[in-house]
Amino acid sequence: MDLESIVKALNLKVRSGEDKLKSEVRGGYTGDLLSDVMANSKEGDIWITRQVHQNIVAVASLKEHAGIVLVQDSEPAKDTLEKAIKEGIPILVSDLSGFEVTARIYNLIKKTD
Amino acid sequence: MDEKPLYDGSFSVVGGNFDNAGEVSSSIKTILKKIGLPSDIIRKAALVAYESEINIVSYARKGMIRLRVSPECIMIEAIDEGQGIPDIDLAMQPGWSTANQKIREMGFGAGMGLCNIKSFSDIFNISSEVGKGTHLKMIIKTNSNSLQ
Repeated sequence: MDLESIVKALNLKVRSGEDKLKSEVRGGYTGDLLSDVMANSKEGDIWITRQVHQNIVAVASLKEHAGIVLVQDSEPAKDTLEKAIKEGIPILVSDLSGFEVTARIYNLIKKTD
Repeated sequence: MDEKPLYDGSFSVVGGNFDNAGEVSSSIKTILKKIGLPSDIIRKAALVAYESEINIVSYARKGMIRLRVSPECIMIEAIDEGQGIPDIDLAMQPGWSTANQKIREMGFGAGMGLCNIKSFSDIFNISSEVGKGTHLKMIIKTNSNSLQ
């Protein structure tokens, strides 16, 4: 499943990485502890988090995530957005809770398995 | 590691500067990709470098990360000047952390960093002197026949 299908299905607001929406989402990971995400998420995952500071871009870039979804209508900090644009990391914003975003994306990916 | 290394270099890390945290790890990952190492090896090295970098940023005044790559292995060393660790056994316990509130709010300081470094390395060494600093040395094998 590509990122764009998830963006459309969940009505996500695209804050950066518009040109990366065709990339494939292979799975997902939900978490706010950066060490946990570093150790347990995988390449091609969509990362669901409430963290908005710029270090999330470094983590997503190092782990080669397909994109980051910020939950509860949290907007990326200014420097986060600048860094994400520079590094080409899609940041997407949802008004849903982390629980709901995770469940919906999980179901979408499962359906296409 | 007697033969000429494929790469040998050091990167400085400034304590307390979270704005650029991760940039050294990113450079290390780029170097390892250029060398053409397998992606699972690069993933391990990137994690080890990242957690080491974050530890220096979080707890030390300054430090450096050295990367040395040979045909058999990747060596990553993190050497800092800082407060040091009084009880290494305690620091190695999952979930144990001295991180302040600011660090924790950013999602760091969960007491997972050193454990992650150890579990993603094939060889892990730590030494520390209170008031002076900490020295981590990690080796990641790049092929299954080496370093046995």
